[in-house]
Amino acid sequence: MPKDRFEDAMNKLEKIVSKLEEGDIPLEESLKLFEEGIRLSRFCNQKLDEAEKRVEILMKGKDGKLKPQPFKPSGNSREPAIEGEEEES
Amino acid sequence: MKNNLGLPLRYILTVSELTQEIKDILELKFPDIWVEGEISNLRVPPSGHVYFTLKDDFSQIRAVLFRLQARTLRFSPEDGLQVICRGRVSLYEKRGEYQLILEDMEPKGIGALQLAFLQLKERLEKEGLFDASHKKPIPIVPQKIGMITSPTGAVIRDMLQIIERRFENIPILLYPVRVQGEGASLEMARAIEYFNERMEVDVIIVGRGGGSLEDLWAFNEEAMARGIYHSKIPIISAVGHETDYTISDFVADLRAPTPSAAAELVVKDKRELKNRIHYFENRLETQILQILLENRTDLSHLTKMLRDPRKKLEEFFLKIDDLVNRFLFIASWSLKRKREHYLHLWESLSFRNPDQEMRNLRWVISETRKRLEQNIRHALEIKNQKVRGALGKLDTLSPLAILQRGYSIARKVPSMQILRDVAQVKEGDKVEVKLYEGTLLCGVEKTEKP
Repeated sequence: MPKDRFEDAMNKLEKIVSKLEEGDIPLEESLKLFEEGIRLSRFCNQKLDEAEKRVEILMKGKDGKLKPQPFKPSGNSREPAIEGEEEES
Repeated sequence: MKNNLGLPLRYILTVSELTQEIKDILELKFPDIWVEGEISNLRVPPSGHVYFTLKDDFSQIRAVLFRLQARTLRFSPEDGLQVICRGRVSLYEKRGEYQLILEDMEPKGIGALQLAFLQLKERLEKEGLFDASHKKPIPIVPQKIGMITSPTGAVIRDMLQIIERRFENIPILLYPVRVQGEGASLEMARAIEYFNERMEVDVIIVGRGGGSLEDLWAFNEEAMARGIYHSKIPIISAVGHETDYTISDFVADLRAPTPSAAAELVVKDKRELKNRIHYFENRLETQILQILLENRTDLSHLTKMLRDPRKKLEEFFLKIDDLVNRFLFIASWSLKRKREHYLHLWESLSFRNPDQEMRNLRWVISETRKRLEQNIRHALEIKNQKVRGALGKLDTLSPLAILQRGYSIARKVPSMQILRDVAQVKEGDKVEVKLYEGTLLCGVEKTEKP
C-alpha cells in the first residue's frame, strides 16, 4: 500500500487552506504554506490520475498458486479457479 | 391359557426379559415420530451427545440427540426453547428408562436458521466482534480494490460498471469464490486471508446478490465472521438486498446495503474529488494573493511613515542646541560661583599664615639646643676631674711604682706562681724575678725558713 495516502494529503491541504484564511501568519510562512498546498494538490491530482485501470482475477496456475489474470465479466461462463478452490477444501 | 406374550400363564420372566419385551413394543410402536415441547435440564457432557428433558405443562420425557446428529444442527439447543423433534422411542435397559432418541430438531415458531443467526449474533456481539472501536476507516481513494465474490453473474458486472463510471482508472483484483453452499464461508475467509498476506489492496468488498436466508447463509457463519474480524485491510460487506442483514454486515468495517452500493461507497466520483482539489487550489491562490496584497499595502504605508524620522531628527537637533545652550549658561554661572568661593577660602587661609609661628618655634629650638650643649659640656668637665683624681690614686697603688722603689716579684717557673713562701720552691727550681727594669731567671740553690 502506498505510504503517502490520498486522504492524508487531502486533509493536510484542507488544513493549510483554512490556516491561510485565518490570517495572522508571517508572510514567509504563508508563502511556505502556499507552496506546500500547491504541492499537495498536485499530489492529490496525480494520485487520482496515476492508477491504471486493470481488472484482474486470481486464477490457479499449474503450480497450484493463485496468479492474477486479466478479467472480463462474462455473465455465464464458469471460472476454473472455483473448481480449484473446491479441490483445495 | 396363555398370556398375550404367547407364554404360559405361570411363566416367570426375568427383569431383563421383561425389559426387552417392553423395549421391543416401544420401538415397534414409535419408530419415527414428531414431538413438540420445551427443552429443560439440558446438558452436553464431553462426549458431545446432547441430553435434555422435553416437557409440556403436564408431562415430560427424556430425550437424547447423539453427537453425530447434534453437529448438523444450525442452532444451539438451550433450556426454555420450544422445539419440534423427530425421532423414535427407545428404552435404556440398564435403568429401565424410556427416552426419545432424536434424529433432528428445529425451533418452533422461528426457523432454525433464523435462530442460529440470532444466537451467533448475540455470541459474537458479546465477544466484541461488532465493536465500533475495531472498525477501520475506508480509504477515500483506494489504490487497489480487492473483491471477494462470484466471478459470474450480474453482481460483479454491475459493480465493475459502477466503479468504471465513477473512476475510470482504478485497479481491481477479484478473488473468485462460491458465495453459497457448504464450505463457501471458509472459502471467503481464506480469500480475506490471501489479501491480508499480500497487502496489495487497501480495501476489500465481500458480497453477493440477493437470495433466501439459506442462500445468504455463508455470510452468517462464524468462519466468515472471524475472517472479517481479523482482517487488517478494511472490509465492506455487501450482501443481498437492502433489507438483508447478515453477520458479515455486523463485523465488517462498513455495511453496504447492496453490492452496487458498495461500489459507490468505495469509489468516490473522481470528478467530484477533482473539483474539490480544484476548489482548494482556488482558495489557496485567492488567499495568497490577498496576503501579498495586504503585505504590499502595509509596506507602502510603512514606507510613507519612513519619512517622518527625518523631521524628527531636525527636532532633535533643535532640542540638542537648546540643551547645549542651557548647559553652557548653567556651567559658566556655577563656575563663577565656585571661583568666588575659592577666593573667599584663600583669604581666610592667608589670614592664618603659619610662617610667623614657624619662626618662633625655630628660635625656641635653637635656644634650647644652646642650653643643652652648655649643660653637657659642664657635666663632662666634672667627670674629667674625677677621672684624673682616680688615675693619681691608681698610680700610687701600681706594682710598677713599688718595683721602682726597689722591690721585686719572684715567680715560679714555669707555673708563674707568685712566690710568698720558701716552701713554695725547692732546691733546683727555676724562679723568675721581675725588677723595675727587666727580669732575671734564677735557680734556687738553697731554701731557708726564717
